[in-house]
Parts: sequence; structure tokens; C-alpha cells
Amino acid sequence: MSGATVYVPRDAAALSVGSEVVAEAIAAEARSRGEDVRIVRNGSRGMLWLEPLVEVALADRRVAYGAVQSGDVAGLFDAGFLTGGDHEKSLGPTEDIPYLAKQERITFARCGVTDPLSIADYTAHGGFAGLQKALGMAPADIVAEVAASGLRGRGGAGFPTGIKWKTVSEAPGETKYICCNADEGDSGTFADRMIMEGDPFLLIEGMIIAGLATGAAEGLIYLRSEYPHAIAVMKRAIDQAQDAGYLGASVLGSGRGFRLEVRTGAGAYICGEETSMLESLEGKRGQIRAKPPLPALEGLFGKPTVVNNVLSFAAVPFILDKGGAAYAALGTGRSLGTQPFQLAGNIKRGGLIELPFGHTLRELIEDFGGGTLSGRPVRAVQVGGPLGAYLPESQFDLPLDYEAFAAQGAMVGHGGVTVFDDTVDMAEQARFAFAFCAIESCGKCTPCRIGSTRGVEVIERIKAGIEAEKNLDLLDDLCETLKDGSLCALGGLTPMPVQSAVRHFPEDFGRSAGSAAA
Amino acid sequence: MAADEAYTDQGEDPEVAGTVRALCADFDNRPDALIEILHGVQAAFGFVPEAAVGALAKSLNLSRADVHGVISFYHDFAREKPGRHVLKLCRAESCQANGSNALAAHAESALGVPFGATTGDGEFTLKAVYCLGNCALGPSVLVGETLHARVDAAKFDDLVAGLRGAKG
Repeated sequence: MSGATVYVPRDAAALSVGSEVVAEAIAAEARSRGEDVRIVRNGSRGMLWLEPLVEVALADRRVAYGAVQSGDVAGLFDAGFLTGGDHEKSLGPTEDIPYLAKQERITFARCGVTDPLSIADYTAHGGFAGLQKALGMAPADIVAEVAASGLRGRGGAGFPTGIKWKTVSEAPGETKYICCNADEGDSGTFADRMIMEGDPFLLIEGMIIAGLATGAAEGLIYLRSEYPHAIAVMKRAIDQAQDAGYLGASVLGSGRGFRLEVRTGAGAYICGEETSMLESLEGKRGQIRAKPPLPALEGLFGKPTVVNNVLSFAAVPFILDKGGAAYAALGTGRSLGTQPFQLAGNIKRGGLIELPFGHTLRELIEDFGGGTLSGRPVRAVQVGGPLGAYLPESQFDLPLDYEAFAAQGAMVGHGGVTVFDDTVDMAEQARFAFAFCAIESCGKCTPCRIGSTRGVEVIERIKAGIEAEKNLDLLDDLCETLKDGSLCALGGLTPMPVQSAVRHFPEDFGRSAGSAAA
Repeated sequence: MAADEAYTDQGEDPEVAGTVRALCADFDNRPDALIEILHGVQAAFGFVPEAAVGALAKSLNLSRADVHGVISFYHDFAREKPGRHVLKLCRAESCQANGSNALAAHAESALGVPFGATTGDGEFTLKAVYCLGNCALGPSVLVGETLHARVDAAKFDDLVAGLRGAKG
């Protein structure tokens, strides 16, 4: 092997802390020293506090340095980092870093390891093995394998993927669609973005398999405009997959076609709701549709449509390659397989943590996260995005599992965990939940459209100490109206952060801590 | 059909209409591509000019109300010319946990405009966004396609000073 291979991530999070200038500095330094260095722009390993995380490939392993700034580069060369030399930024072998070593990476097995835009690299690391198997299977058998895995929708709702695929597969009609919901708008989540930037062929492979399983020949990825880097990588990956025969009129010469394109969102949170997303894909206002009819039967342009999240599709290649049973062997109860959790907010070691279901919040926040970035005590965490519950420290031993969370009036959602320290004002967070709902409401149903603004006003009165008890009752009543009367999860779930904040942090709403209503 | 040429909207701007027609043609005048086309219009002009509404409606065989409805629904589409730089500051929960509310207040006072407005010299538009997917490294600000992490008041001021000096 001539020359050294150095990995410098091009993931958006890595770029946001300067990985581009680090890559340029390494290239320039190598040139000036006459060193033969090949720089691979990989995805992120997900240890975001260590970005830019630079890795060097040695004969039998990769060693990491982080967080590297351009000013470190000359010193790294002096320390012989191209052969694994020791430096104050040395982190040792990448795979041995406890944050990574303690994870069980299935969906993210390749992310940060390979060159995201190299099909050769993808296949060398087991890519397209699931597709090869699927091409030799009857559609019903593919669906059965996915059903056997116990995979549930990773977008947040947790609906069994196998049942959804079965419905679409058995629906009558020539034209069907596979739609990927990549409108990852929940604060505290970035796993979809990391996959699309770090391992885009995985999503492509999962969507092709969905097409084979259901008889759909066309796929669309609805990708939010806030993710310009992911859009660029996905589009290039699709072009490459097309040129290599994975996409097109005949997938790998099988005679079965699958075309795929990216559609860019336009800054509407509601378009992460599946029917709203379908409207948007049809070029319309992203107003939600009443269900039924289910999108599986009448989805895009009224045709049977699979709508799944990025992480759901991304779990499928493993399931086809290793078998549904191998996936179902992980996890707990009815929450099977792994969930890529995302640790965010005021946290010392934020990042991507893929684990089987059943671990606890405390493990994420304390063992992985190391507590808050500010060094102050953790007061609250919001799990599952802006529509998820705020939980206090007393709930941190709750197992991360769909049912266990639901039983506590909370949800795992898309796996985002946002940490707040003790300076947080929970009444303000509750007010924001309603304010956000008001900004993002599609306006179709009254409880959400009007109720969100009324909610902001009621909480402002409570915060100002105006008839607090009376207004807290009114708030509860309003929340029940939103839960029961809204057409979709935006209105239906906005009460979750609000009511959990009141329940767990009554002192922030002018109630004494002891008087928490049940 | 010559009707396309014969019928002229009030206030039609030939440059806008020509750009819109070309963009629509790229998508075979498919109405379901309206949002993609609007992104193209915005890329060309920096915003969606009023004159584009009629031109889009004509090319895509939609009503002006349909087109207007879509433009006004989505936060991305600006109906007035924005500043030379659009600063998209994340105001969602994960960034709040790291002090983005204080940053937001600082940004408004440093630029002298509220969110949604453009500075008098036409340099900056301050825009609130909800999540840039950089939630472990917030507060985050997106300028064009460049994402900035861990932005505090001092870093924000440096960023603004740097952009002010930059040409183009």
C-alpha cells in the first residue's frame, strides 16, 4: 500500500465545526511535506463532540484524532499521525472508543466507516447483499421477512412496517409508490441526516427492496430544505446507483424497474406528517388529509403508497441479508431491533447512539453523555422531539421501549433525547410547544389552528400569575380538546410536552411541588 | 398555441415570465413539480416575485389562487427581496437548551431588526428556523449552505463582520 489514507468527515455536523478547513489543511501540509496522502471524506461516526474526528487507516485498524482544528495539523504530521503516532488529540483505535464500543450498530454499521459516495466501498462492506437476496425472493416472502423482524416505523409512530408493506403489496393497481419521509423536523434528531450524508446507498437499497416487495416501480425521497448537504449527497448517490444499474428500468437486470428521485421540502414542519407530505409531493399546500383512506391504499396521486421514515428503510437491508429473526433477536417486548438514539441539547458528549431497545435514559444521559455541557445538574429531558414529553430525573430509569414510554404518557418517537440543565423554565418550554404548534399548524382543523394560539395565551397568563389555578384547569381542558379533536399528531400530541411539563414540574407553573395533579 | 403570447397579465415582467416558463418546461409543465419550480424561481431571483404567480399558473394550468396558496403556505418562500445574506438561526428546543434564546435576542439587537426582517442596508435578513439537524452542537446558524455550530454572541458578531466584509 503506497501512501496513507486519512478520513475527514463531510457530515454537516463535522462541517459546522470546521472539518472542511481541516481537510484542506491536511492536503496542503501533505503536499508541502511531499507525503502521499489520500483523503476520504466520510460520514460521521456520530461522536459529535469529537468532530472534526480525523482517522488514519493503519494495516489492521483505524486510529482517531479529535477534535482536530486546522491549527493542529502541522503538529499531527510532526507526531507521525500518518502511522498512528501519538499526539495530544489521540483517541486511540476508533473502534475501542467506549462511546462507540458500547453500541450495537446495525443501521449505522457503515456510517463514518466508508466513503459515502463509493459503491465499491459500500459493497465491500456488505452493501447490496440484502438487495441480492430480495431479487431472488417472491414479493410475499420479502414482506414476510420484514414482518418477522418486528420492525416498527422509526419515524415515531411505531407502526409495524411488515403490515404496511403487506397492505400495499396486496392493494390492487398497476401504479404504486414508495415514499421516504426524510423531513426530519424534530429538534433533537439528526439520524436521518447522518444516514443520508454518511451512507446514502443504504437508504437507496432499502427503498429498492420496498419496491420489489410491493410492486412499486417509483420512489420519492421527501428531503427537507434545511439539509442542503444531505440533498447534495443523496442526489449524487442516486445518479451513481442509476449508472451502476441498481436503479432504472431493470434493477440489476432483473426485469423489474425502480426509479428514485429527491424532492426538496420547503420549510414546513407539518410535512413530516405522512398525508401532508403526500400533498406536498403532489405540489400542493402541505395540508393533512383525513384518514381513512390510508396512504397504503390511497396515497400519492391516490395510488397505494408505502410511506416510511429513512431509518425504517435503512433497517431493511440487514433484515433481508441476515434474516428477520436476527433483527428480532435484539430489543425487548414488542420493541424489537435497534434504535439509533440521538443525544442532543445541553449535553457534554452528544451524538448518535444505536442500541437495542430496553436500555435506559440514564445510560444515555449519564454513561454516554457524561451529563450536561454546562456542568449543571440535568433537570429535564425531552424525548421524541417537540411533541414528546418532558421527563424529570425520577423517570430516567424507564426502559427505552415504545410501550413502557406510552404507559408513562411519553413517547420514544424518532429517538431524539434533548437535555436541559437546571436553568430551564418549564413554563416557557410549555409555552413554546404551543407557539411552535401555532407557527407550524397546517390550519386544516380547528383545535390545532385556534387551540395552539389560545394555549400560548393561557400559559402566558399562568406565567404572569393571573388566576393560575383556574387557568391551569383551562389549560388541561384545552389539551384534552386538542388530543381528542385534532386530525393529526401535531395538534394531537402538542399537549404531551405541555401536560408533562405541568405534571412533572408544577413549581414552574406556580404550584407547589407537592401538589402535582395526577 | 399562440394564446400564451397573446394573453398578458397585468404587470407581467418579461424576465420573470421567461425564467418561469423555462423552469416549468424543465419539469414538463407538471403541476406536481410546483414546489421544485418555486425553489428554482427563488434561486434565480432570491425570492418569488409577484409576477411569477401568473406565469406559473399559466404554465402549469393551475389557478393563481392555487399558486399563491402554495407560496404562502411554505416558510421557505420569500415574497420580498431578502438581504444579501440570509441568517437562519435555529430556535428549536435543542438549541434553546444551549442558550439560543439569548442568542436570538442578541441577533435582533446587533442587526437592529426583528426576525423576518431585512437590515436597512440590504445586507442581512434574520430568519428563525426550527431545527437544522445539528442538535448536539447548538446553537446553530445556517448561512447559505454553510452551517455554524456553538454560536454565541461573540461568534455571531464575528460571523456578521466576516459576511459584511465579504464580496458577492
